[in-house]
Amino acid sequence: MLPVLNAAAVELAVRFGLAVGATINRRSIFARKNYFYPDLPKGYQISQYELPIVQGGTVAVALPEGEKRIALTRAHLEEDAGKSLHEDFHGMSGIDLNRAGTALLEIVSEPDLRGAKEAVAYARALHALVVWIGVCDGNMQEGSFRCDANVSVRRAGDSAYGTRCEIKNLNSFRFMERAIEFEARRQIGILEDGGRIEQETRLYDPDRDETRSMRSKEEAHDYRYFPDPDLLPLVVGEQDIARIGAEMPELPGVRLQRLTETFALPAATAAILTSSRQLADYFESAIANADLETVRQTANWIAGNTSAKLNALGIGIEDCPVGPAQLRGLIDRLADGTLSAKLAKEVDDAMWAGEGSADAIIEKRGLQQISDLGALEKAVDEVLAAHARQVEDYRAGKQKAFNSLVGQVMKATRGKANPAQVNEILRRKLD
Amino acid sequence: MLNATVAELSSALAARRVSSVELAHLFLDRIERLNASLNAFITVDRAHTLEDARRADARRARQDARPLDGIPIAHKDIYCTAGLRTTCGSRMLENFVSPYDAHVIERLSTAGAVMLGKTNMDEFAMGSSNETSYFGPVRNPWDTARVPGGSSGGSAAAVAARMAPAATGTDTGGSIRQPAALTGTCGLKPTYGLVSRYGMIAFASSFDQGGPIARTAQDLALLLNAMAGFDARDSTSIERAPEDYARALDIDLKDLRIGVPEEFFGDGLDADVRARVEEALRWFGAEGARTVPVRLPNAGLALPVYYVLAPAEASSNLSRYDGVRYGHRAQDYADLLDMYLRSRTEGFGEEVKRRILVGTYVLSHGYYDAYYLQAQKLRRLIAQDFVAAYRDCDVIVGPTTPTTAFALDSKMDDPVQMYLNDIYTIPAPLAGLPALSIPCGFDRQGLPVGLQLTGNHFSEARLLGIAHRYQQASDWHLRMPAETPL
Repeated sequence: MLPVLNAAAVELAVRFGLAVGATINRRSIFARKNYFYPDLPKGYQISQYELPIVQGGTVAVALPEGEKRIALTRAHLEEDAGKSLHEDFHGMSGIDLNRAGTALLEIVSEPDLRGAKEAVAYARALHALVVWIGVCDGNMQEGSFRCDANVSVRRAGDSAYGTRCEIKNLNSFRFMERAIEFEARRQIGILEDGGRIEQETRLYDPDRDETRSMRSKEEAHDYRYFPDPDLLPLVVGEQDIARIGAEMPELPGVRLQRLTETFALPAATAAILTSSRQLADYFESAIANADLETVRQTANWIAGNTSAKLNALGIGIEDCPVGPAQLRGLIDRLADGTLSAKLAKEVDDAMWAGEGSADAIIEKRGLQQISDLGALEKAVDEVLAAHARQVEDYRAGKQKAFNSLVGQVMKATRGKANPAQVNEILRRKLD
Repeated sequence: MLNATVAELSSALAARRVSSVELAHLFLDRIERLNASLNAFITVDRAHTLEDARRADARRARQDARPLDGIPIAHKDIYCTAGLRTTCGSRMLENFVSPYDAHVIERLSTAGAVMLGKTNMDEFAMGSSNETSYFGPVRNPWDTARVPGGSSGGSAAAVAARMAPAATGTDTGGSIRQPAALTGTCGLKPTYGLVSRYGMIAFASSFDQGGPIARTAQDLALLLNAMAGFDARDSTSIERAPEDYARALDIDLKDLRIGVPEEFFGDGLDADVRARVEEALRWFGAEGARTVPVRLPNAGLALPVYYVLAPAEASSNLSRYDGVRYGHRAQDYADLLDMYLRSRTEGFGEEVKRRILVGTYVLSHGYYDAYYLQAQKLRRLIAQDFVAAYRDCDVIVGPTTPTTAFALDSKMDDPVQMYLNDIYTIPAPLAGLPALSIPCGFDRQGLPVGLQLTGNHFSEARLLGIAHRYQQASDWHLRMPAETPL
């Protein structure tokens, strides 16, 4: 079998490069990285070495102290190796070659990250970006998005970086943070004991929460890189780059800014709404032709209720049982006063349970808020007549008694009274 | 029939003078009779061959005959054949059965050809004498004490001995042309990229190119028609309009500019070989062609350049034979590394190991620039020499090899002497150029001499035409080896 370049992978690499403002090398070269390992069927990995397809670029990372732009060194296309499975084979190793030879984009950042939290924030931002632009499904369990971290420490004030160790097997953001923290502590411990850090590759063991040496620099492979004679240099045309750029979805940063500015949304709300492209699409679909107040209410609802429910179920917006138009139906009833916030949550629960549109649920359950003045006055009069003690207490200056009366009216109307109106009527009648 | 060319067999089949099954029997019987002494075939599967032949006859009966329908063809054992083992001349692949057919096998099978078997070859195509084969050396039908050349020695010997009317080969540094020259047959190495390498076990990927071995230039053209063609599964395969190479063979030699590089007539060229080549040049001159002196100033570097680059690629290509998934695995081993070491130590022969070592060395950290990179630069210079030469000539003509067939065991202890036999065949693949070898006479010992024609990229039709014209006026290609009479 001979290798054949995956055109879709090239396209996605270019899309990534354009999204991070990198240089797209018009000509890039595939090389062979030679080493023996059972999960590497050819004895070499096809990768890009001297001339990668993507060079440079930056990724914006939101940190507590503000935005930081992390510089990228390069992103190169390569083929994935198989997977060695060291468990469940009774002292032997299993080899899963299903992913061997599939395309992979390796993104290398400059040494711009300071500490585990920053590294994780960067990894999350990168993860969100590649999922957003459709370059990756983001599944870390299945290895669609994997990270290696190079960790070094230096004394405060030093300008040169210390000797680094590469940590492999970081298949979750949590493990990444813990591994980096462990590794930094380990290196600091060595230095404070007067030792030296050896450059090596280390493996993170999540069960023991530690890193351990995989191979030292002396054991490092001489990969004997050379241009792969089976693959000609990859030339990407200007037209293709222009087309891929034109097809690029609006990037998260741009969208965040647009939503914030157009609808005057709070930064935190806008950040949640743009945490994924699907969520932002959902939001924008739900606010079609809406006035600013409806937009605000929709934004709050999605950032609050919807997000909480999705998180509780561990699903994404694409699996939300309530579609954007359906949600809008609910928000409209909230905005026009038909529903109180409390009732709206009840209707929302019913929508999640699959009971249909907000209007149908309101109709079926008789949940319309009572805003009819005559009906409300009657209800208030009845409550006042039945609770003379509270009326007296209120007139004696006990504010609490007023709240109790509001509660009685709400109870009498089974929660359907418009609380603002009830307040107003009560005051009018008592004061 | 055994002595007939592919073109003649096609006519006979079309005229129903013979059936595919009869032809298959005829050649299978001859293989059975001669193989013990020549060792040209590694694997023969009579049932499979006869089944192929029956299908060809059935197609002909239905008036559905294809261009090569019923023509028996032997395949170098470097081409993967589904269901029939493919050894590549190595212990490593002694029991390897490919799950798929090589593109060349597919194409020839689609064209109706009947597979006679798999021919012997130097291990992983590394050798110039067929002595590196794990399955023993092939003997030259002209003198069984001599080598048939390599690495496609089995294919060349089979065609020379009339065990097959034609065969496939592969050429990396001369592996089609050199054995063709040493066995008095015709061999064509096409332009790099014309014939797909899919399913052709890789030796040096940027050089490897499949091609035919046959008894006439016309037969080479008929086979090339079937073998050439774009294949998306080989990224170096070139997409271009197909040509009918057999159609325009009667070309005009008048005013043909034949380039004669002095570098191909230097020290080490046997006097008889030189004399035969010069006689052929005179014949072309008499036909109206003009000989023009051309220079290939860097040709002298071709051999060292080749012996850096080809082993470099080979060292990487052969990494896959690690005993993990298929191929030879050592019986006893202590751990993973030990399994690699033992499996590869046992599975590979000396020449293969030598080239893996050389290739690994020249790619190693600290040596890459001095060897590999330097060789790549020189490769470009050699290719530029040809570009310059083809401004002054249409074809470059010279000897295929410096000597005729040499004795078995005479060069196995001296790799450099062995490598020197490829001195004239190595420049063309360095430049990706097409080149063919045709017989142009015999030396004083009665051994065949090869004439090499090297053309510009995609000039196969012209090369075949020139060779065909020569063969219309000569009968060297029709001579029968003394040791394998009919």
